[in-house]
Amino acid sequence: MAPSQTAPFGIPCVQYLDVDGRPLGPLPDFASDPDALRALYRGMLRTRAFDAKAVTLQRTGRLGTFASSLGQEAVAVGAAAAMQPDDVLAPSFREQGAQLWRGVTPVELLLYWAGDERGSDFSGPREDFPICVPVASHAPHAAGVALALKLRREARAVLCVLGDGATSKGDFYEALNLAGVWRLPLVVLINNNQWAISVPRAAQSAAETLAQKAIAAGIRGEQVDGNDVIAVRECVAQALTRARAGKGPTLIEALTYRLGDHTTADDARRYRDDAEVSARWPAEPVVRMRAYLTARNLWSHADEEQALEVAAAEMDQAADVCLATPPQPLSSIFDYLFAALPAPLAAQRAAALAQEASDG
Amino acid sequence: MAEVTLVEAINRAMARAMAEDPNVLVLGEDVGRDGGVFRATDGLLARFGAERVLDTPLAEAMIAGVSIGMAAQGLRPVAEIQFMGFAYATIDQMLNHAARLRTRTRGRLTCPMVLRTPCGGGIHAPEHHSESGEACFTNIPGLRVVIPSSPQRGYGLLLAAIRDPDPVLFLEPTRLYRAFREPLEDDGAALPLDRCFVLREGADITLVGWGAIIQDMLAAAEALQVDGFTAEVIDVATLAPLDAETVLASVAKTGRCVICHEAPLTGGFGAEIAARLAGEGLFSLLAPVERVTGWDTVMPLPRLEAHYIPGKDRILAAARRALQHG
Repeated sequence: MAPSQTAPFGIPCVQYLDVDGRPLGPLPDFASDPDALRALYRGMLRTRAFDAKAVTLQRTGRLGTFASSLGQEAVAVGAAAAMQPDDVLAPSFREQGAQLWRGVTPVELLLYWAGDERGSDFSGPREDFPICVPVASHAPHAAGVALALKLRREARAVLCVLGDGATSKGDFYEALNLAGVWRLPLVVLINNNQWAISVPRAAQSAAETLAQKAIAAGIRGEQVDGNDVIAVRECVAQALTRARAGKGPTLIEALTYRLGDHTTADDARRYRDDAEVSARWPAEPVVRMRAYLTARNLWSHADEEQALEVAAAEMDQAADVCLATPPQPLSSIFDYLFAALPAPLAAQRAAALAQEASDG
Repeated sequence: MAEVTLVEAINRAMARAMAEDPNVLVLGEDVGRDGGVFRATDGLLARFGAERVLDTPLAEAMIAGVSIGMAAQGLRPVAEIQFMGFAYATIDQMLNHAARLRTRTRGRLTCPMVLRTPCGGGIHAPEHHSESGEACFTNIPGLRVVIPSSPQRGYGLLLAAIRDPDPVLFLEPTRLYRAFREPLEDDGAALPLDRCFVLREGADITLVGWGAIIQDMLAAAEALQVDGFTAEVIDVATLAPLDAETVLASVAKTGRCVICHEAPLTGGFGAEIAARLAGEGLFSLLAPVERVTGWDTVMPLPRLEAHYIPGKDRILAAARRALQHG
């Protein structure tokens, strides 16, 4: 028998606005609601204000290492806006825009980065996973949550967000493979910001797209312009709708760009040309959406001033609350280890508390 | 009352837990139609169906990670890893996530899962099938490490592990799976998870160990009886958290201690027990603490494994050395 192609595939890429904010064609249905569009824009401003505040706090010694999402706000906000409140988010460490949208408070996020576990005891989305630092290791958790939802026949879905570097890890593929073979209600969103600390996308994988990694798992894979918040919201919403309806998982690669350092502990000038970053600024998501809203007379200069003021004030207040929050007593490191402290740990707990008392 | 082997006892514990709690489910490679490579899950698929007994794709880290996700949703997954040599792939998930989910979310999300895996040598198994890696897991705060040494304790401890609200690594000595039978009342009674078992009382020397080697320790205790010495035999079936009190109390009485495990000597969990004796029981010691363990080598393939796995003779020799003192 002659050799033949048995699995042809292509990877579609979704985009609604060009880099100048001009529609490339008809917009998705939700975009007919000006409030929905303004909410997306405000969500991005709020995210940027949070990042700016957190970086300032870190630079002045009041916050630990922090990972800003500058330039990637559309991925997080668009994705979160596509979720239902009872869907479950499993984020990496650069999805604060999504977490804020879903009701994680700025105080909680700041507490986490300030080094306080209570920052992951979300008052809002109680089932969402905390930030995941070991790259891609949360992908199997997301699959496990999706499996639980499927077994209970709940019409809910899970969104797992991870970076381009994460697609090189086994956890990513193992979770994707399981999601495919069991048709789990899972959407995996690659927040491809082109850099895994100092390793550029081209050095991460020879695959032409990261979305095509879905093909080997037998699931749908697509790209979306990650700086087009309308496109991200639509693309993720459709994938989540399919997932909730039992139509299987989706892998979405959002193409964006990390305009800042990897974290506040990083200096990207060591490995990345300023010219490359400068060339990316015109495509950043906030200015693009503002251009679109302004052109449609949905957003004014006064709206902008007011929104920036509100966001900055919210973050200032959150910082004040965070900084005024005393640490938990040391007993907490024992008291949340197990549901009930095992007897063999009682002596250590007592010794630690005595040490804490003598430390003053 | 039925007489059952360890593997049958483990099967009954899972069946019991699944019958009493619809949130308990079993997953792993070949656990369904095949009933598990050691048949530990035999019959569970037929009884509980394919939504409670899940044959997974072949990916150990995923099995652990998916269990974490399910557990965070309130299910109680009991995951099987086929052999301990394959369980090392789960350490990232167990250490970075399962063991700390409660801590890092301040109790908002928890991880009531059990990761079961056979362990130890002595059944002429292929490479990577005979490991004793408990010490790789006992240094993980937030994770319980349990290893039964008999059918009755296998049943009671596994039930306790499944009902426990936190993650448990449950090690099953393959050498004991079908080694002997014990009467077992399938009554759903669990055993405590942070208490050593004193299997035999004695006044002259304490033998401390866990897993398959317990049988050799009991045989050594019999032999010492012929010499006129009584040995106390302690099964540290719940390695983490460690009930050091029971061991310290025993050595306070006997003054001598032989620590026995199949895993390598250096950095083995016996070192922790020896350190506790040095720190908190030194003045009751009449003789140096002896450790009878596997060598600090790679676990050999079956032709040489009998020379690696410590048995009754080495335990007895160590005990006799200790008994020469004091």
